[in-house]
Amino acid sequence: MRVLMFGWEFPPHIAGGLGTACEGIVKGLAYNGVETLFVMPSASGDEDQSATTIINASDVAVDTVDTDIDSFMDKVQFMRVGTNLVPYVDPEHFEEIVEKERLRENKEFRIRYGQKYKFSGKYGENLMEEVARYALVGGTIASSRAGEFDVIHAHDWLTYLAGIAAKRASGKPLVVHVHATSFDRSSNGDIDTRVYAIERKGMEEADRVVTVSDLTRNIVINKYGINPEKVVTVHNAVDFAGKESVSVERGVKDKVVTFLGRITSQKGPEYFIEAAAKVIKRTKGVRFVMAGSGDMMNRCIRHVARLGISDRFHFTGFLKGAEVQKMFALSDVYIMPSVSEPFGISPLEAMRTNVPSIISKQSGAAEVLKYAFKVDFWDIDAMADDIYALLQYPALAEFASNEGYDEVNRLKWNEATAKLKKVYESVI
Amino acid sequence: MKKKVCLYFQVHQPARLRLYRFFDIGKDSHYYDDFANRTILKRVVQKCYLPMNELLLEAIGKHNGDFKVSFSISGSALEQFERYAPEVIDSFKRLAETGCVEFLSETYYHSLASLSSPAEFKHQVEKHKAKIKELFDVDTTAFRNTELIYSDSIGSAVYDMGFKTMLTEGARHIMGWRSPNYVYSNDMQPDLKLLLRNYSLSDDIAFRFSNRAWEEYPLTAEKYCSWLNAAEGDIVNLFMDYETFGEHQDAFCGIFDFMKALPDVLLGNGNFEFVTPSQASSELEPVGDLSVPEAISWADEERDVTAWLGNSLQKDAFNKLYHLTEKLSIIDDPVLWSDFGHLQESDHLYYMCTKFFSDGEIHKRFNPYDTPYEAFINYMNVLSDFIIRVNERC
Repeated sequence: MRVLMFGWEFPPHIAGGLGTACEGIVKGLAYNGVETLFVMPSASGDEDQSATTIINASDVAVDTVDTDIDSFMDKVQFMRVGTNLVPYVDPEHFEEIVEKERLRENKEFRIRYGQKYKFSGKYGENLMEEVARYALVGGTIASSRAGEFDVIHAHDWLTYLAGIAAKRASGKPLVVHVHATSFDRSSNGDIDTRVYAIERKGMEEADRVVTVSDLTRNIVINKYGINPEKVVTVHNAVDFAGKESVSVERGVKDKVVTFLGRITSQKGPEYFIEAAAKVIKRTKGVRFVMAGSGDMMNRCIRHVARLGISDRFHFTGFLKGAEVQKMFALSDVYIMPSVSEPFGISPLEAMRTNVPSIISKQSGAAEVLKYAFKVDFWDIDAMADDIYALLQYPALAEFASNEGYDEVNRLKWNEATAKLKKVYESVI
Repeated sequence: MKKKVCLYFQVHQPARLRLYRFFDIGKDSHYYDDFANRTILKRVVQKCYLPMNELLLEAIGKHNGDFKVSFSISGSALEQFERYAPEVIDSFKRLAETGCVEFLSETYYHSLASLSSPAEFKHQVEKHKAKIKELFDVDTTAFRNTELIYSDSIGSAVYDMGFKTMLTEGARHIMGWRSPNYVYSNDMQPDLKLLLRNYSLSDDIAFRFSNRAWEEYPLTAEKYCSWLNAAEGDIVNLFMDYETFGEHQDAFCGIFDFMKALPDVLLGNGNFEFVTPSQASSELEPVGDLSVPEAISWADEERDVTAWLGNSLQKDAFNKLYHLTEKLSIIDDPVLWSDFGHLQESDHLYYMCTKFFSDGEIHKRFNPYDTPYEAFINYMNVLSDFIIRVNERC
């Protein structure tokens, strides 16, 4: 079986979790005997191609593959980047991006047929234009390589239009993979309607919709109105190869409870702060760390100061690469109090570092992690109680650490992609 | 000789703990969820205890003393009856007056003391014996340990307390080729006779009765009688939770009708006689002794004690609790001792079981907690407060 797969990024150059997931998926598919042609907007040539063949969209000359291309373009031409649109980039860049895009609005937007387009493959600035151009490239590749694949697979809304174009050009079935929805990116229900429109179109045109959790599956069914029969959950896995645990020396004897991620409202940082205050009131020898950055960071710092716990509650700012591993290694408890999380891979990484994890029931990961502690994101009493218990009852911490480690090591892409293969088989 | 049928029903209700946060430690020492305990008890009283007692009373009257049953009622359950449903005590008293009902001894708090502290074990058995005497004016002569937990050394300790008969599980890995339908004796004390539960025939009623996917569904008294006829041996021991009737197996599936018909059919058949454990033990001689070096029980596929002490959380909680026995022995405070007893109820450890897959369904049915973690954390918070109270008195 062969798959034409549309992604947006692929390791080693990645801005978010999507690229990592794509790598795990193509490797797992290769293990299950499924070949993939992986299309991405801007390949740099140093991607690991042992499990897949990478097609760089920037190298593909677009020809008129779709008679309907004009109206198609009309639809996407006037889309512009809005504040909550960019899913995988740090919020600090939002403002900058929006400003640049405003300047671009006046510029002429034209596709020159028969020419190559240099994609940035990033998330921002001319994102909508790139999404539209990517669709053209998708159609071109699908028609020129029509005999080389049996099914099309598109990851997240950025690639849905490319998937649709490829389906129309080749007549092959389309599977779209929902790693996140607009509703996970918005904090108060205000979603970007243009992104929503693309997402919904992708799901409607797809023969199967794959979601990363039942939580996301419900959103797809209820908020996008997709027929439940064609929506299938394939839970994420994680590939730990090459991520050996680092050992670090601790500067303080205190126990460390860590929050790591973007500090935005959907990650629930304020619930973490409230729970921390409750624990600090009753317990000595514990420190809380909020690692990461985001639009709520300053508000969180003020919140901590107001509660008078600044001496026990620390902010690290944005952590990258090895610093993340180090932070996990320094932690005794990891906490992910997300208000809404399609899956959430970070607790898996924490558990892999032997750190017991408390996660919200409103996360997809809660559906697969038996040995994580699960609380409602708003239930700060339960959160505080779990933190306290993990600090005070060594048997509990040890049990959770050992069982959690074994559990996440069992979550393999090989098994997840075997399910994916069944999804392909159901539409071919 | 007629084949003996021995019916024994277990009655127990734990003192479920309230949601006890760590903020409460050192501040609030009321541990129990009185609302849940009362609500659940009232429900089971209406669905099971009262109607089933009535049914048995009628059957005993009808058969002029030929129909016999036995009960073991934990002290924890008796306390709840006294507090929330004294009419159940009266109902059991009426059963006791018939002379056809034997009451068994057990640990007052349905505890695992036999696995940890011989002194506490003995203390609880005596407390329970006194309670039964007080309420029903009978002296107990046969013993059943919590969840039928048994080993050679536990049996020996029970014999030392004056019991000649003990009930336990006819666990496959202990029995091997031998049948549970005979009387056996303890490996160390040949005078302690063992009655072994026939798990297959017991579970036909307790677990499979209402299962429509079961090939023998529906089970009738006549069919069951033919199975008992086919069973080899001197005695068939049918041991089960009393809550089977009306609570685990709902009334509408016909469990009461079945139990109403069973004595009629078996006594009418002519091949059977009902006996109580002590009676069986006095009338039958052991066919051999059983060697049980490691503790067995009637729980789960494993029939061992891993449902309560299978993971490190359970072991830690268990050890921390029994670590207090020595300190408590010098404290004379009934309130503290009562809490100590209720914290020993095996149910609290059962809730922490992490055998998610094999018997998860059954565990779930009796578990007020969503996860073993919650059960452990809540219990440890309560225990932390209890430890503070004990230390304050030492």
